[in-house]
Amino acid sequence: MIRHLWTRARRSESEYDFPGGVHPPAHKARSNAAPIRVGPPPDRLVLPLNMHLGAPARPRVTVGERVLKGQRIADAQGTVSTSVHASTSGTVVAIGPHPVPGTAAGDALCIVIDSDGEDRWGPLEPWPDYRRAAPTELVQRLRQAGIAGLGGAGFPSAAKTRLGEGQRVHTLIINAAECEPYITADDRLMRERAGQIAIGIDILQHLLNPSRTLIGIEDDKPEAIDALRAAMSERDCELRVVPTRYPSGGEKQLIQLLTGLEIASGTLPSQAGVVCQNVATAYAIKRAVIDGEPLISRITTVTGDAVARPGNYEVLLGTPVEQLLQHAGLDRHRLVRLLMGGPMMGFTLSDTSVPVVKISNCLIAADARELPEPPPEQACIRCGDCATVCPASLLPQQLYWHARCDQFERARQNDLIDCIECGACAYVCPSHIPLVHYYRYAKQALRAHDDEQIKADRARLRFEARQARLEREQAEKEQRRRARLEANRDRAAATSAAPDHHGGNQKKQLGRAITAYKAAQRAAATAEAQGAANAVELRQRASDLKQQADRLQGRAPQADTAPSGVVAAAPKATPTATASDQRERRLKALKSAYGRAHKQYKQAHAALQRAQRAQAEHPQSNDHNDVAGMEQRVAQLKARADQERAALDTLMEQAKSDLQQRAGKDLKTLKVEAARAEVALRRHAERLRAGRDSADTDTLRRWDAELKQLEREAHRSREALTQAVRAQGLVED
Amino acid sequence: MTAVLIAVLVLLALAALFGALLGYASDKFRVEGDPVVERIDALLPQTQCGQCGHPGCRPYAEAVAAGEIHNRCPPGGQSTADALAELLGREPLALDDDGSADAGEKKVAFIREAECIGCTKCIQACPVDAIVGAARLMHTVIEDECTGCDLCVEPCPVDCIDMLPLGERSPAGQPDGIGHSPAQRLAVTNL
Amino acid sequence: MARKPLINAPAPHTAGALGTAAVMRQVLYTTLPGLATLVWLFGAGPLLNVLWAALVALAAEALMLRLRGRPLALHLSDGSALVTGVLLGLSLPPGSPWWLILIGSGFAIMVAKQLYGGLGMNPFNPAMVGYVVLLVSFPLAMTRWAEPGQPFSLSHSLSLFLDLPGADGFSGATPLDTFRTWVGNAPLLAEQPILHGHVAGAGWEWVNLAFLAGGLYLLARRVIGWRIPVGVLLGLAAPAVVANLVDPLRFAGPLFHLFSGATMLGAFFIATDPVSASTTPRGRLIYALLIGVLVWVIRSFGGYPDALAFAVLLLNLAVPFIDYYTRPTAYGHRSKRQ
Repeated sequence: MIRHLWTRARRSESEYDFPGGVHPPAHKARSNAAPIRVGPPPDRLVLPLNMHLGAPARPRVTVGERVLKGQRIADAQGTVSTSVHASTSGTVVAIGPHPVPGTAAGDALCIVIDSDGEDRWGPLEPWPDYRRAAPTELVQRLRQAGIAGLGGAGFPSAAKTRLGEGQRVHTLIINAAECEPYITADDRLMRERAGQIAIGIDILQHLLNPSRTLIGIEDDKPEAIDALRAAMSERDCELRVVPTRYPSGGEKQLIQLLTGLEIASGTLPSQAGVVCQNVATAYAIKRAVIDGEPLISRITTVTGDAVARPGNYEVLLGTPVEQLLQHAGLDRHRLVRLLMGGPMMGFTLSDTSVPVVKISNCLIAADARELPEPPPEQACIRCGDCATVCPASLLPQQLYWHARCDQFERARQNDLIDCIECGACAYVCPSHIPLVHYYRYAKQALRAHDDEQIKADRARLRFEARQARLEREQAEKEQRRRARLEANRDRAAATSAAPDHHGGNQKKQLGRAITAYKAAQRAAATAEAQGAANAVELRQRASDLKQQADRLQGRAPQADTAPSGVVAAAPKATPTATASDQRERRLKALKSAYGRAHKQYKQAHAALQRAQRAQAEHPQSNDHNDVAGMEQRVAQLKARADQERAALDTLMEQAKSDLQQRAGKDLKTLKVEAARAEVALRRHAERLRAGRDSADTDTLRRWDAELKQLEREAHRSREALTQAVRAQGLVED
Repeated sequence: MTAVLIAVLVLLALAALFGALLGYASDKFRVEGDPVVERIDALLPQTQCGQCGHPGCRPYAEAVAAGEIHNRCPPGGQSTADALAELLGREPLALDDDGSADAGEKKVAFIREAECIGCTKCIQACPVDAIVGAARLMHTVIEDECTGCDLCVEPCPVDCIDMLPLGERSPAGQPDGIGHSPAQRLAVTNL
Repeated sequence: MARKPLINAPAPHTAGALGTAAVMRQVLYTTLPGLATLVWLFGAGPLLNVLWAALVALAAEALMLRLRGRPLALHLSDGSALVTGVLLGLSLPPGSPWWLILIGSGFAIMVAKQLYGGLGMNPFNPAMVGYVVLLVSFPLAMTRWAEPGQPFSLSHSLSLFLDLPGADGFSGATPLDTFRTWVGNAPLLAEQPILHGHVAGAGWEWVNLAFLAGGLYLLARRVIGWRIPVGVLLGLAAPAVVANLVDPLRFAGPLFHLFSGATMLGAFFIATDPVSASTTPRGRLIYALLIGVLVWVIRSFGGYPDALAFAVLLLNLAVPFIDYYTRPTAYGHRSKRQ
């Protein structure tokens, strides 16, 4: 009851309220008297790829391409994004960085178009009968028409109107509050084009199917209220006049003011079944759907004491601010502060070449009297005025202390994230503390901290995964080693248990004989090449060995049955060759011996398996003995191959350690040294090449000498490496 | 005499009862692992750099939980040392680092690819598998995954790894504070 | 065209608040009616108190700022030291010697304010700290109030202020003192003329009315919020009404409480010191109500005739606690915290 009386007393048609708020002087009369005028025809348009909130659009034109007015020149990319269109016909002259307006001022990618002055439209595709279109088609249309929230935040409308599975909108709110001082763009739009706004609202209703539609408008715009009321008279839509108080036009505040709902922290209004759209956005939606015109212009209020003709202009997007200001009669000598947006939430521009974009609802060219330089910050006296005016019921003062002392986590605990940066707290601060600046600083630090946390978590996961992998690999290696040992031990046991087998011995002897022969032959060849005295003798020895081997070979086929014969051990060959040559040969011999042994073993093993399979298939046949014999044979062959391998390994190890002893380095070091020398060489050569034009002759000569030196070094280390490899018989496989 | 007996019996019964209760509770409400270690680990920057003298962040977390001094994490900076002090209810300590000026700066490893010889030593050194490459082929660092621990720099035989400062978004600076106006004068480039 | 640099500043770009200095100035102006009334009732003593206390406060502030290496002009110009000095001067008895004021004002600024970090950092109301230090250290000098309506001559006031030998202030009792003395004794209470002015205690009612007028002006200009003055007055009056109904001889009535002693000065000028008060809207109301109740409790049962300084300091102590429990629920957290 009391609340009801209270709302009556406040002339409000809404029974709800939001806390806090301020009443800054409106300064609206200056710009809302004259009708909307056409903006300046630009010679050159600068269209940022990111005029909206979310992901930047991707260009679909190339430099030099001719474009028509309304042609899509960049496509929306990602969920929260929207397209960009050419605002007039002309030629694309550049796609590159250009200064853009924004709080985080700087350069961003823009498409620059030189106007051809014809202003020729491309083909349009009007949909007067939009009711036949499915909601998804309409959403796609909004996305392709580049519609973004024109109230100031620039949230892509397609993303706002695309509903998730099973999501329902119970309330559609049209934001006509326009609570910031100075701005009258929506006011004039409503007065002059209420009918089109109404159609835009129809489209939104068709799209979202809400159970009720509310229009929230501040009571300082009586003409706009009348115009809207007239346009809405036949429609299912409720106009609610709310008292003028900043920031009633904030999305969350307006929702609270009209419905009493609070949007839970960290969620979107649509999750609570509310969608809020600006009137200008509704107008743009009508143009996009009914007339097929994409968003290429907007109404911008140009005001402030430094312009001669304040008012509202329908400006092509991409028009440089400078041109618009001059069009409105800017007095450069009076201008001291240039704002885009309102005085509460807008940002200063320091570069007037930036373009008018989708969020540019206002330009304020203020002189020194109107917006004087802010006084110095003073100590906070804890007056608490900021807490009284905060529309989000935060404790701005606490947040300020935390931000000042870099206690960002404390600031988070005090719900810094829910700050809407409306500036009401800084507006009333008697100590002139730039509170919003402090909050932005703290928010950014928090975001950076969160990013870091995510990165750290990922690093931990990767680290743990790596640890696990290393451990697993280690375990697998260990298991393999153990399994091998086990198998060896079993086999050794089996071999010693079985009676000695002559065939195996003979084969071994044959192998040795052949190896010895080959070694002797090589030694002889070397000796001959060197003209050594004993070359003939060696040759003789080699042929002896050959005979011996042949003899053994002839006996081998009967080895299984034949009694063991005495085989002369292969003599130690290569008496005169150098130690390393000798080792090289032995290594080669051992390698081939091992290769042979291994091959035999494999073959026998395969035969055994075949036999076993056959036996399994015909268990009646009496080849059991045969299989047992084969098993034994396989075991023997395996043992021999292992033996050869062991001998080979020992020799390799010996060679390696020899090398290390001699050179003081292992092979790997030599390799790395060689590679290193080569890199140094390459680097130097590059420097020389690069400096050829710039450096003087002396330097060049010096560099050249250095290069030569490096070349020699690289060559030396390469030589050392190849020699080491060859000398040790460590031929790389 | 009976009184003494009753007293003894009652006490015994109580002891047994509470013993059983405690045993049950310790079983029922058992805490898996050591949550303090988890929480310490969550505060550490996970660079796995080993500058604390432990082979990774988690071992250091375990050591801190066991009583080791909590200011030995240079990559985490003073803020981590303070956060650990707060978590553990210990005295806040100044960071124990070498005091170099760029200590707090975030860095990533960068391989000069023309000089890389493909030795794979850096890959083996990287604690978070942020380097890709194969033997005798060029290696490269995945910038997003690199924690800037610089463990890969030392093993590189050709010194082709640099630690480059991470190009961070320039943050909105903190306002200058009492006695300063937040306004600046900017020379306008046009108009 | 001339290339004049443009201002680059963070939003918001307009300011709607009076500066701190302007707030302090307003507070100073609105103490003038109260000061004038005091002068009318007690002679030049209160004026000397105020001037000297203000001078000492400024000097002490300047000294401490110099020692702390802070810019003098910026911090002196906020006027907070001046306000502290003036408020302390207003609460001292007329005829206080210069050294007493020097000690009180100096202590208030140097210890209670600057040692805690200067404006905005002090947990206690500096003027009240100075007052309590004097009250505890020099109880006799601090309770030597003269008979209202019989102002000392200028020369007498001066010699008292300069503490010249032979100068003697005849001490009279304040209404609060008198009531304490004769409490429960109906015929004697009725005989005391000082207890029976037009509204409350004779003479003192005018002082309080003058401060009330100044305070209402501050409220109207929105220099101070309504919560603290209303809270203090309500917290004092409510228990007074109840107790007075129960036993009018033992407990004075609400009007007597409201218009005696330092009630109005305290409610509008001292308890409203933003630095040491609670910062949340609800917290301020609680803070002020508790001050009022505490004043009534100490006046009715305590050992001191007036109690505003103690009540304010005690509640200053409770401010962090009050702030913690009266944090408003931020937008979007209502469902979560319920």
